[in-house]
Amino acid sequence: MTETTATAPRESGAMRALKGIGLLRESGVGMTGAAIILFWLIVAILAPVLAPFPPNATLVPMLAPGGEAPDGGIFLLGTDHIGRDILSRLIWGSRTVLFYGIVATACAYAVGIVMGLAAGYFGGLVDEAISFTANVILSFPVMVLYVIIISVFGASGLNIVVAVTFASAPGIMRIVRGLVLDLRNRDYVAAAQTRGESAWQIMMVEILPNARGPLIVDSCLRMGYVIITIGVLGFLGLGLPPPDPDWGGMINETRTMALIFPHMTVFPCIAISSLVLGFNLLADGLREVSLRD
Amino acid sequence: MIVLLAKRLGGMVLTMLTVSVLLFLLFETNIESVATKVLGPYSSEEQRQIWLEKEGYFRPLYIRYFEWLGNVVTGDFGESVRFKVPVGDVMWDRLGNTAILGAAAMAVIIPLSLLLGVLAGMREASKLDRTISVLSIATTSVPEFASAVLLSAIFVFWLGILPGTSSMTDGFSLVELILPALVLILYDFGYVTRMTRASMAEVMTTGYIRTAVLKGLPYRTVILKHALRNALIAPFTVIMLQFNWLLSGVIVVEFFFAYKGFGALLLEAALNQDIYLVEACAMVAVFVAVATQTIGDVGYTYLNPRIRFN
Repeated sequence: MTETTATAPRESGAMRALKGIGLLRESGVGMTGAAIILFWLIVAILAPVLAPFPPNATLVPMLAPGGEAPDGGIFLLGTDHIGRDILSRLIWGSRTVLFYGIVATACAYAVGIVMGLAAGYFGGLVDEAISFTANVILSFPVMVLYVIIISVFGASGLNIVVAVTFASAPGIMRIVRGLVLDLRNRDYVAAAQTRGESAWQIMMVEILPNARGPLIVDSCLRMGYVIITIGVLGFLGLGLPPPDPDWGGMINETRTMALIFPHMTVFPCIAISSLVLGFNLLADGLREVSLRD
Repeated sequence: MIVLLAKRLGGMVLTMLTVSVLLFLLFETNIESVATKVLGPYSSEEQRQIWLEKEGYFRPLYIRYFEWLGNVVTGDFGESVRFKVPVGDVMWDRLGNTAILGAAAMAVIIPLSLLLGVLAGMREASKLDRTISVLSIATTSVPEFASAVLLSAIFVFWLGILPGTSSMTDGFSLVELILPALVLILYDFGYVTRMTRASMAEVMTTGYIRTAVLKGLPYRTVILKHALRNALIAPFTVIMLQFNWLLSGVIVVEFFFAYKGFGALLLEAALNQDIYLVEACAMVAVFVAVATQTIGDVGYTYLNPRIRFN
């Protein structure tokens, strides 16, 4: 080890994060994705200010986009079958999608990371048991799993989070396990073992931070899938109970009228597709940037 | 090879057994709820007890499981509560319909995504590569229900050239198959394309391709004779894994277009608490998924000379 590296100040986490964002600026695709996500985040946070009407108020039914409200004001995207403003429901719905998307993905990651660390680090029987469990869950076509879980335990926000965690954690576990198998033979892990650090301390402090690159890319992709899942469950009528707006549910409620009033279903579809596209583009940009150096 | 085959088949049987235990525990541990689901919520307590006694539900759980497993293996799944006929009678027909839909989708997905993937991976980071990559990300980002809505809006509402439902009440109709298949194709071809592209791009960086180019072979020959052979091994496994995904995808698509297939049947059964039908559909779905995965694994090993001759 040379003197310069020994005395060079260690970059703080915040500095490195800023550098990462700086690198992402070189990827047009990644920046586009980040911009789309930022747009929906701002919409979700400012929903009370941005929404022109209350999301559950029944005003004038089945107006085409541009229709006028009785007390002035314009329904920019029209109203649905019972007279609720579609734009306001879209804006408030972004909260639901982002909240459950982030919570469910985070839970899936927490479980998947612990499983993957244990399987990769301990190996042997622990690995066999965890990997077999993961294989069994992954052998289900994923929507079949969701439909069974939700139909048995009921449709609620909590059950959606539980179902997503159950179905996604095995995939995350496999990725983490692969990374750990590679990292556990590094010198710094051996050093930590010699220092007498406990197994979980080594996994969390020494191994996990060094596995973050591929996990960050994967988490963006997975956010996209989770948002699709929440949308699909809402669309199948297995999502959050009405009347609070969520994008999949909006499509489910109006799909029988879609051939007469396409605006009721088309706008929620565009909203959900754009948000998923944002996460997928960001993941692609991050992957490209991470491969570059 | 034989050892590998035996290992894979053993793993497959073990997975199926585990899945069967899980499903049985989930649906049949609580016998009161089984009786309520079969006899309906308005049945009397007495009726339920008589029914449970008659069907042998008061025997220990493990005995009931082995009896159930024996029946399932011989194709006897019990009687559907909703359709009032043996589960097999409804299920196999519906599975056939889904096979038609799946085959139609795969017939386009496989050639299309292999072609696009090879074109993109041939010259990494070229304009064509970027275009194909972004296109495949974009189409994969649109959930099936969203593309179903958007395609219906275009082809049914504005252009009026395709039917909006695919219930096929007057027998098989190719026109009604177009939209459901198109939705499946749009959602899935991007993924297979990206996997093919990655495989092709990797092959293009290998030494033997460089040698082939440097010794002056025409580019066409290099691609067709040298690169493709190895680049198409990995996509084979990816394609086999798509059958698992297809069984997910058909639930949404068949529900949307009222197509009388396996996915719609599973959803209907689950929503109506038709428990024997759900159990049967879930077992069949997992079996198809696991079987295609096994074929993918074994096929990959067979196709890949680096492993085959090891």
